[in-house]
Amino acid sequence: MANNKFTGYRRENGRVGIRNHVIILPLDDLSNAACEAVANNIKGTLAIPHPYGRLQFGADLDLHFRTLIGTGCNPNVAAVVVIGIEPGWTGKVVDGIAKTGKPVEGFAIERNGDHKTIEMASRKAKEFVHWASEKQREDADISELWISVKCGESDTTSGLASNPTVGNVIDKVDPLGAHTCFGETSEITGAEMICAERAKTKEAGEKFMKTFQAYMDEVIEPHKTSDLSDSQPTKGNIEGGLTTIEEKAFGNLEKIGKKTRYVDVLEPAEEPSKGPGLYFMDTSSAAAECVTLQAAAGFVVHLFPTGQGNVIGNPIEPVIKLTANPRTAREMAEHIDVDVSGILRREMTLDEAGDALLEMTLRTCNGRHTAAEALGHREFVLTKLYRSA
Amino acid sequence: MPPHFLVHNPQDSAGVIVVEDAKAGMELEGWVMDTDETIHVAALDTIPIGHKVALTDIKNGDTIMKYGHDIGKAVADIPRGGHMHVHNVKTKRW
Repeated sequence: MANNKFTGYRRENGRVGIRNHVIILPLDDLSNAACEAVANNIKGTLAIPHPYGRLQFGADLDLHFRTLIGTGCNPNVAAVVVIGIEPGWTGKVVDGIAKTGKPVEGFAIERNGDHKTIEMASRKAKEFVHWASEKQREDADISELWISVKCGESDTTSGLASNPTVGNVIDKVDPLGAHTCFGETSEITGAEMICAERAKTKEAGEKFMKTFQAYMDEVIEPHKTSDLSDSQPTKGNIEGGLTTIEEKAFGNLEKIGKKTRYVDVLEPAEEPSKGPGLYFMDTSSAAAECVTLQAAAGFVVHLFPTGQGNVIGNPIEPVIKLTANPRTAREMAEHIDVDVSGILRREMTLDEAGDALLEMTLRTCNGRHTAAEALGHREFVLTKLYRSA
Repeated sequence: MPPHFLVHNPQDSAGVIVVEDAKAGMELEGWVMDTDETIHVAALDTIPIGHKVALTDIKNGDTIMKYGHDIGKAVADIPRGGHMHVHNVKTKRW
């Protein structure tokens, strides 16, 4: 068993990050080109392009801001350059990130054009890189670690072994004071009553059921055309042997362990505020959407069990992959950080698998690049609630 | 020898094949994880890794149990040892 310590970057607000990114963050689709040009000019920066940010309104606009601001606030990010088409909304993102105390500066393209904007933003980005690159890692305790979990391209081996391995880690780090988070509202269908019972308080359980029912009433019912049997489970899930959503849901819930109870239910990209413990977040079950929201809520390392071989990564939150499917471990070896297929052969106990995953988590925190980082997977996908105006 | 299939709970209708060579006619050995029991079933079909084998004779309309919970219903009769998947089991939801 590891010593439950790691080294990380202690940020201005006291949170601990495990990476030290300087990001170039577009407010909107129009600013992607300028952000990518800055990232090309200044080595050691990372542009995070995305397709939205124009004419959004209401709850959808709130979520857009919450996700972008949260991404900038994540402790894996040392400093941020924000570029937007106009100064108003750009400034709103800058002000949101500035509350953490980290360096952040915004640039607007209107009245400047791309060339001037790129020049000004590149000068600032270069300053930020010099500053960030002198930051040193410091000792940190697992109680300062925020871990998110979500599975993808699941199959029956996920429910048998790789998801319970993640659950074993959750059960081990929960008493040590870590923050943890699971999501995937649609993927609890059929197991929602069991999930409600895993709440720590009556209020949290009721909040979960309200969130689950709202998702059914507002998203599934109005938009379904026949049934969801080709979308949830996915074609990959079915190929891997999963037959129904209920079967997938019980496997999915194995990720929260045998005894840990969730303390609260979060809106998408909402930062936890009830102290250490496990949180449920209302998210899509699509991998990149879910991880993007969890990273925006402040989670710094992600545990991702896969059956058939999902290849997802995230630009700012390292994604650690594990599988129990021996075919996936063999045929997609370059994507897998931890192979727990030994559980199926009875060569490895669940507890040993949990220890192996926890050790890999701490090594990743200490700086080891995950398979997804080495392969350049940086899927950043914003959740859109409805059409723009 | 590693088991050919794993079962979550003794109430379950099916086991999950965890080897890549489960062929029709083979006597399969299974491990029931919750009770640590060993059980056997004769495979009627060749079943891919990750797919399910029926542990009892199941009638059209019967509830299918896995993890000790209801995961859907049979839409055809499934004999013990048969391949259980989307062709003979459906969700009770959407």
